[in-house]
Amino acid sequence: MAGYLARRAVGALWALIGVATFVFLILHLTGDPAAVMMPPEASAAEIAAFRHAQGFDRPLIEQFGSFVASAARGDLGLSLRHQEPAMALALERLPATIELAGSAFLIVVLVGVPAGVLSALRPRTWIDYAARVIALVGQSAPTYWIGLMLILLFAVRLGWTPASGIGGWRNLILPAATLGFFSTAKLMRLTRSAMLEVLSADYMRTARAKGLSFARVSLGHGLRNAWLPIVTQLGVELGTLLSGAIITETVFAWPGVGRLAVQAVFERDFPVVESVVLLAATIFVLLNLVVDLLYAVLDPRIRYA
Amino acid sequence: MATAVKGAAPPTADEVAIPRSQRTAALRRLARDPTAMIGAVIVVIVALCAIFAPLLARTDPNAQDLSSTLVPPMWIAGGTHAHLLGTDNLGRDLLARIIWGSRVSAIVGISVVAIGGTIGVTAGLLAGYRRGWVDAVIARITDVQLAFPLVLLAVAIVAVVGPGLGTVIAAIGLTSWVQYVRVVRAETMSLREREFVTAAVAAGAASTRILGRHLLPNVASAAIVLGTFEIARAIVLESSLSFLGLGVPPTTPSWGGMLADGRQYLDTAWWTALFPGLAIMIGVMGVNLLGDGLRDALDPSAPP
Repeated sequence: MAGYLARRAVGALWALIGVATFVFLILHLTGDPAAVMMPPEASAAEIAAFRHAQGFDRPLIEQFGSFVASAARGDLGLSLRHQEPAMALALERLPATIELAGSAFLIVVLVGVPAGVLSALRPRTWIDYAARVIALVGQSAPTYWIGLMLILLFAVRLGWTPASGIGGWRNLILPAATLGFFSTAKLMRLTRSAMLEVLSADYMRTARAKGLSFARVSLGHGLRNAWLPIVTQLGVELGTLLSGAIITETVFAWPGVGRLAVQAVFERDFPVVESVVLLAATIFVLLNLVVDLLYAVLDPRIRYA
Repeated sequence: MATAVKGAAPPTADEVAIPRSQRTAALRRLARDPTAMIGAVIVVIVALCAIFAPLLARTDPNAQDLSSTLVPPMWIAGGTHAHLLGTDNLGRDLLARIIWGSRVSAIVGISVVAIGGTIGVTAGLLAGYRRGWVDAVIARITDVQLAFPLVLLAVAIVAVVGPGLGTVIAAIGLTSWVQYVRVVRAETMSLREREFVTAAVAAGAASTRILGRHLLPNVASAAIVLGTFEIARAIVLESSLSFLGLGVPPTTPSWGGMLADGRQYLDTAWWTALFPGLAIMIGVMGVNLLGDGLRDALDPSAPP
């Protein structure tokens, strides 16, 4: 287990170095990062001065070296617009995004999994059909449109919730539902098929024959054995939620990392864009590591040599 | 020995007609699957809209008419037959823009799968067949790519290069190839141990021939199923980028761009945000249903 952990940690480190390389390459994609970062109306002399100030006139390999060295310290320079450390700006916004993604995750777990189980236990009933239709809609409709439609219905028409901004739980409910919709739909489908597979197993018949209660059979024996793919997917979805926050936050004017990234893109504030990308990728890599380890805890059959 | 066994009826034409190949059998399974057929019909309708947009749309999608802005759909008081689904804030006909918008979605969906599929299938075949350092390098690159939130990656690429149809296709295509690598690599690794590959190697076939003639056809169905779902993902991602203002230019009608416009008028003109979203949802649903059907039909363990 310790050896496996070490190998996975090295793998994660590699991925992060790769991510940093990628971030560096993206900015140099057009060949002249200074021109990309300066406003379009900047004069050639201004761009040249900026290029020199930022060190973009140094050899590429030298720039890359200092980029990696400072990225490792989480230092991606000052925000061009706010003149504050870019990574600090991103970190400042992180709690709002975690609040949103965490609430959405709760919805996914508390709605997606039970609905999938119910749908599998009562196949070809209205519960099953309703769950399948919702799953299909959730998988096909773009997140931001779901958000707009929820605003239209609950904020504009019914006036039950505010349309945007941060505040109490009433502000949170629409963005969380929007962000969680796609993943909830996915989890419903996955839970349903995982449960259906387990339900036809021999030990399920045995459990029923022993006279165990319905709840005991379906949850204690059924869900417990269908749990593994569900947990894996939940881990993946947590990453999807953090990444999807970029659009949901824009729709609901939610002051999180995603909205910061979109604003930074429009303001050509690349140190901030780079910080957000690097921060998000780091969280992603760590999440994947945790999910892999959870696997071992949940399924004693898995042994890591 | 031409005498038939007594009592056994000669086989009827139906019983003799075994599907010529697995592919025909798969197509038959697909044709018998009602939800897959609904999906296929939707996909065909969207494709026809994209191809024949100039003939189908009654008006120019960019024709502004400032005397009839935010006209509601025809079945609501104030609506007219001239604009079946109403107009937007510049008096442009929503139906015409939705029909023309299908072009962007279709072009992006197909191009992204062409780019992502070509890179991904090639990389997956090489990684699975060659193993060794080729596999290690490709695995490293896919690990890095998978560590990125894909939406953010696409946004970052578009931000640097600048918006436009080509950039959007390239950005989404470059985020899509990883999915194919994982599936194709796993398939190839199990296929390369099979007898027909060993036989081809023993017969002295070149690697390129083994990859192209023996392995590629066998990973094709997995790649096709994945490609269908990737079309759906590309359409949603393109519309998201256009919604953020990072997609196709505002003059080109696109479903995501229409939603970005309609968003401002949610409280006064809900139709400007409802219909483009419905178009995306129905189009993507069609592709997803077709993909589900293809996956079931191409499953070798499925009944004939």
